[in-house]
Amino acid sequence: MAKELIQLIDISKSFDGQMVLDELNLSIHENEFVTLLGPSGCGKTTTLRILGGFASPDTGRVVFDGQDITRIPPNKRQLNTVFQKYALFTHMTIAENIAFGLKIKKKSQSYIDDKIRYALKLVNLEGYENRMPDSLSGGQQQRIAIARAIVNEPKVLLLDEPLGALDLKLRQEMQYELIRMKNELGITFVYVTHDQEEALTMSDTIVVMNQGYIQQIGSPESIYNEPENAFVADFIGDSNIIPATMIEDKLVEILGTRFACVDTGFGRNKPVDVVIRPEDVILVEPADGIIQGVVTHLIFKGVHYEMEVTANGFEWLVHSTTLFPVGKEVGIHVDPFNIQIMNKPESEDEEAVAIDI
Amino acid sequence: MKSAAKRIYIALIVLFLYAPIGTLMVLSFNASKTRAKWGGFSFKWYIALFQNEEILRALANTLLIALLSSLIATVIGTIACIAMTGMKRQAKSILMGITNIPMLNADIVTGISLMLLYISLGIRFGMGTILLSHITFNIPYVILSVMPRMKQLNPSTYEAALDLGSSPINAFFKVVFPDLLPGILSGFLMAFTMSLDDFIITHFTKGVGVDTLSTKIYTEIKKGIKPEMYALSSLIFVTVLTLLVLINLSPDKKEKK
Repeated sequence: MAKELIQLIDISKSFDGQMVLDELNLSIHENEFVTLLGPSGCGKTTTLRILGGFASPDTGRVVFDGQDITRIPPNKRQLNTVFQKYALFTHMTIAENIAFGLKIKKKSQSYIDDKIRYALKLVNLEGYENRMPDSLSGGQQQRIAIARAIVNEPKVLLLDEPLGALDLKLRQEMQYELIRMKNELGITFVYVTHDQEEALTMSDTIVVMNQGYIQQIGSPESIYNEPENAFVADFIGDSNIIPATMIEDKLVEILGTRFACVDTGFGRNKPVDVVIRPEDVILVEPADGIIQGVVTHLIFKGVHYEMEVTANGFEWLVHSTTLFPVGKEVGIHVDPFNIQIMNKPESEDEEAVAIDI
Repeated sequence: MKSAAKRIYIALIVLFLYAPIGTLMVLSFNASKTRAKWGGFSFKWYIALFQNEEILRALANTLLIALLSSLIATVIGTIACIAMTGMKRQAKSILMGITNIPMLNADIVTGISLMLLYISLGIRFGMGTILLSHITFNIPYVILSVMPRMKQLNPSTYEAALDLGSSPINAFFKVVFPDLLPGILSGFLMAFTMSLDDFIITHFTKGVGVDTLSTKIYTEIKKGIKPEMYALSSLIFVTVLTLLVLINLSPDKKEKK
């Protein structure tokens, strides 16, 4: 693992008596693409603003490259931010916008010109030097905002929902562009979003946050496949979250029926939650299933059919490329390794789940 | 038919609005001294006007006070807007209400209260008191025209400038100020116009022997109306009109750029 570049230690922050971050601890490594993911009000933007120096934590420390920067103002920090609403300087040309930081650092004109050309090339907007920001589309403006930040050669680029204002197609294009830029520049990206798909596509590490707490830190695969609690499971993609009882190692009772699973170490007869992704619910002939049910809803989604099957009093969400018409009796089969067992959430998380789902 | 009726209606409104001023302007070019008959076209009242030293001194006073008071009011008003933006909603709306009251307040009330204030503080009447009063009544107009600009401002641009290494003061002048400029300019022009044509407040707060154009005209008229006054009033009207046109044009021009 690369060396730790940023450490957030015991960060707490409240606004008007409302706790936004509660003793948050997070390490960000060199050359990592870290995404802070969560619903609005989860504290992700506040975390980013504390990193950028636009908000100061009530308690705790921010350590950057071994140095405590908690009280250092934003203009003295070696990081740059790409803001949600571009925040380009509308009375300056594109070139003047990009040169803004370099001029403050008193770089030579030839150095600045080189940098502008390099940055515009990186964001695929060569020849836009003399245009005004207002004459550019949203996607182009956002790319200029990125160019303006990266010419300063920051060690870390902070991005605050930079694609939030763009339409779907452009957003997907920009996701690939961002990954490419990150690889070309070899710097650390800290990215804030509420879009789980964006987070899964781009990140090396995802930090799922809710109500000022970190719910889970992990790679996109581990977050998706092994959510640690019901909030993460529900926030990342569709899922069936079902209360269950762990009978013993590798055996769980879901809705009165015993399923084989692969998890161990939860103890005997312990209440748990299980997560089964809709694509992992396999519909078969009634006789071949572990439990039986009836299809109640059917929607064509393009890539697959989305169905709801009522079985043992629970509405199972199912994604399948095979069509089962409404009213048909089906059997449900789930492979043991597709059943993810989670501990029941702590009381505070429970509250969070109730609010945000 | 209908559109002809509409046009006549509008023509009548404009006629009634501008007939008095039109009469005044026509008379200012009248060679004859009486208002009753037209003695031919002449600039002689304008020439007489510019040879009248008292009037020229009043004109200089007026311009000086208008310029100084609107400049100072613009600086104070703009700073006030910045401060108000950082306030909580309730405090902000209370303060906006307070700044609006002097604009709605009758001039005569403002004038008399300022006069009483100066007397009770023992301040000597003269140019200083006129200037102070004009700054006071101009500040709300500046706030009124800068505040909407302030609200349109993207707060991230200031932070972006800081983020790129700018000091807070530099960030303000390089990034925030240019965005506010159209509002500041029209606020300045509005304040300038207000100061230029104020009579009542000046009347109560000026000292003996100090006159602005409007108070000068008032004293002259008490002695009997001289045709020079027509010329002077016409000039004031044209100046104010020009400024008003400028105020209304300036923000639009910026937008279309």
